[in-house]
Amino acid sequence: MDSHQHQDEGPATRHRSETTLRVNGKPHTLTVDHRRVLLDVLREDLDLFGAKKGCDHGQCGACTVLVDGRRLNSCLLLAIALDGCEVTTVEGLSGDGEDLHPLQRAFLDRDAFQCGYCTPGQICSALGAIAEASAGHPSHVTDPTAPSGEPVPLDRDEIRERLSGNLCRCGAYPRIVDAVEDVIE
Amino acid sequence: MASVPTAVGAPAERREGREKVTGTARYAAEQPQPGRLHARPVPATIARGRVTGIDTAAALEMPGVLTVLTPENAPRLAEPDDPTLALLQDSRVPHHGWFVALVVAETLEAARAGAAAVRVRYAAEDHDVTLTASHPQAYVPEEANGGYPARSERGEPDAAFGSAAVRVDAEYRVPPLHNHPMEPHATTAHWDGERLTVHNSSQGSTAVRATLAQMFALPEERITVVAEHVGGGFGSKGTPRPDVVLAAMAARHTGRPVTVALPRRFLPTVVGHRAPTLQRVRLGADADGRLTSLIHEVTTRTSRLKEFVEQAAVPARIMYASPHSRTLHRVVPLDVPSPSWMRAPGEAPGMYALESAMDELAGELGMDPVELRILNEPDTEPDSGRPFSSRHVVECLREGARRFEWLSRDPRPRSRREGPLLVGSGVASATYPVQVWPSTAEARALPDGGFLVRINATDIGTGARTVLAQIAADVLAVPLDRVRIQVGSSDLPPAPLAGGSSGTASWGWSVHEASSQLAARLAEHSGPLPEDGLAARADTTGKADADSPWSRHAFGAHFAEVGVDTVTGEVRVRRLLGVYAAGRILNARTARSQFVGGMTMGLGMALTEGSTTDEAFGDFAESDLASYHVPAHADVRDVQAHWIDEDDPHLNPMGSKGIGEIGIVGTAAAIGNAVHHAIGVRLRELPLTPDRVLAALADRGGKGR
Repeated sequence: MDSHQHQDEGPATRHRSETTLRVNGKPHTLTVDHRRVLLDVLREDLDLFGAKKGCDHGQCGACTVLVDGRRLNSCLLLAIALDGCEVTTVEGLSGDGEDLHPLQRAFLDRDAFQCGYCTPGQICSALGAIAEASAGHPSHVTDPTAPSGEPVPLDRDEIRERLSGNLCRCGAYPRIVDAVEDVIE
Repeated sequence: MASVPTAVGAPAERREGREKVTGTARYAAEQPQPGRLHARPVPATIARGRVTGIDTAAALEMPGVLTVLTPENAPRLAEPDDPTLALLQDSRVPHHGWFVALVVAETLEAARAGAAAVRVRYAAEDHDVTLTASHPQAYVPEEANGGYPARSERGEPDAAFGSAAVRVDAEYRVPPLHNHPMEPHATTAHWDGERLTVHNSSQGSTAVRATLAQMFALPEERITVVAEHVGGGFGSKGTPRPDVVLAAMAARHTGRPVTVALPRRFLPTVVGHRAPTLQRVRLGADADGRLTSLIHEVTTRTSRLKEFVEQAAVPARIMYASPHSRTLHRVVPLDVPSPSWMRAPGEAPGMYALESAMDELAGELGMDPVELRILNEPDTEPDSGRPFSSRHVVECLREGARRFEWLSRDPRPRSRREGPLLVGSGVASATYPVQVWPSTAEARALPDGGFLVRINATDIGTGARTVLAQIAADVLAVPLDRVRIQVGSSDLPPAPLAGGSSGTASWGWSVHEASSQLAARLAEHSGPLPEDGLAARADTTGKADADSPWSRHAFGAHFAEVGVDTVTGEVRVRRLLGVYAAGRILNARTARSQFVGGMTMGLGMALTEGSTTDEAFGDFAESDLASYHVPAHADVRDVQAHWIDEDDPHLNPMGSKGIGEIGIVGTAAAIGNAVHHAIGVRLRELPLTPDRVLAALADRGGKGR
């Protein structure tokens, strides 16, 4: 380790690289510490605090965002590995001119949260789960005889199973399932 | 005025809901400020001893690391009332995980790397971390948590138990449990000269301000503590925790804003936990099922730093009529982390034991467990003799039994099989005391026709903003949307914490009073309002804390149905139903969410949550959310909360009892009783994990019981 040689050179440039992310439709070119995860880019560099840090270890789901349309724990993604990726956070869910995304509205209507800390992750995760089911991805509770590749109907058991990576200590689970059901066609 | 709809009781939507679903609600660590630093504590790696040296050179050489605070260079603080806050003040290591240094850096990554590079040398001492009921250092304290006498005795409980026609004598164990709010404890601190501002994830920032003022020798007027949005607490943020002291120290030392966001796996050790309890319950009854003796004895543990005694035997003083009774707490100081409050301290573990024992007694008597409880309903509070201000536990049991279709069950254990599953149902009662503390509040009428209520209440997810605005709107007889409310800053009129299920009662009382005074002033006022409006300020000191001749408690009944997999040992809760009698329900929507939330935590207590004390280090083996299993979506199926309207004039102007904790109280017992009904074996140690259930099933098969 010779990192001390860099002490007077400002940021240790050899530990940093440039990366470009599109976040909620806007491009951001950043020089990031190689150790920096997407969650900390969002929160520390872009002032987007919607994705929450509940455990920083991929155990709670509070940091869930959509990366190229897939739901992922942003605390487990090194930012330099995401060059060119499209990231959607809870702040980017409602489209232009829309007030709230229908799922955000459903969370309000159903009182699907209390402290609110897991909420952005629950919402992003639910949207990812709905997309996965539409694309025919089975879950642990999907009927094994269901035709492969066909959209999987999301009943309450499916919703619960697919959202089990998103912990809620306030115990809003039944209400969250209600809210997700509200937005499923 | 008659046309204004009543706001109280209505299911009003959460006022801060939009911010929470759009991700714009800012929590304590989410306070970017120019030059802000991040700090990360370094936990001790021995169970007990002293720090003999800290080598910070490698950490300080790392890019981005500014400084490392240790007992050598950290700011000197006045000795706090809570010894767990005396951080970096001396070299003592009272338990594993105690913070011995704090790395302050430009970035999160540098702070983490710096903390890993700090080298600490110790002089380790022998440690004692094992709780046993026969521990030689066990003693009976003066008081248990909540100020209850540790010991209470009526009549001759031992003799009465000895001569009882039917007896249950059983021991129950509840392991250490962790609060684990989704937002880890965090603080952002900033000094501006001799003025300190902190954003702190707290259940009550008025008390945080007082603690900081004392420790940093500052007048309270120079400190602002903000807790605008708080990601849950469940007791673990009830008083200041290490993050706020460390952040304020580091910000003072560096002259820059500092955020301390505790890593998840540090929380079990440093923010308090529910202490483990070893409980022995003895119930003696006559042949008809009337209790003649009730003895509940609890052995628990505390740390070397302070005495905290989980008051698990206290609910036995309230629940059942018995002419002879003893309730007793003993505590053992060990080299372990300090326990503290976790949702329904005392009631949750204590009612697990008592309500399991009642189920065992019902089995001995061949009685329905609902009827056994109703038979032993007291006329007055058994220990104190005081009359109940209202007590509708019987109505909760009856209503719950009706809704749950309790009577359709075959009462014989092991009577319902579905393939590899054994299905059973269980019941338990719940109780939680009414607590209320003095508070201040201000209500102001504004020239634009609106109203502003100001109070340092804290909304930790309960919906405090919403319900307090409803109370004000009703008193002022105006539509709810005309009332604005400010909470969550110590610059607002002082108020007690969100804890002990007391928030709405305490804050609501002062909001009610301020609004009433304002309404009276408005009635006398003629002409337009002055530019800054017309205000009234209330302080409920002397009223809210006045002695009451009444025994005041919320009550409830829990019903659970479980399926037990005889192949895997897995227990699944199919249905959970609670009925509560908690005074007047002020917001049906947020109240239901709190009841269901409490029941969900009780489900975790019953089935998945358990922490283990590592014998080698005295710390917890399950320190993160991958090893300490809080309930997930798939665990929580059909959970219903209902309530009985209760009109109790002896509470507060709103007629409300607390609702934040009672949901957890009887849930674990109801589930445990359902498991017994399903499999015919009594498990007496939580949680009811597959290994224990399988062992019980195998044991039963072996003995052919």
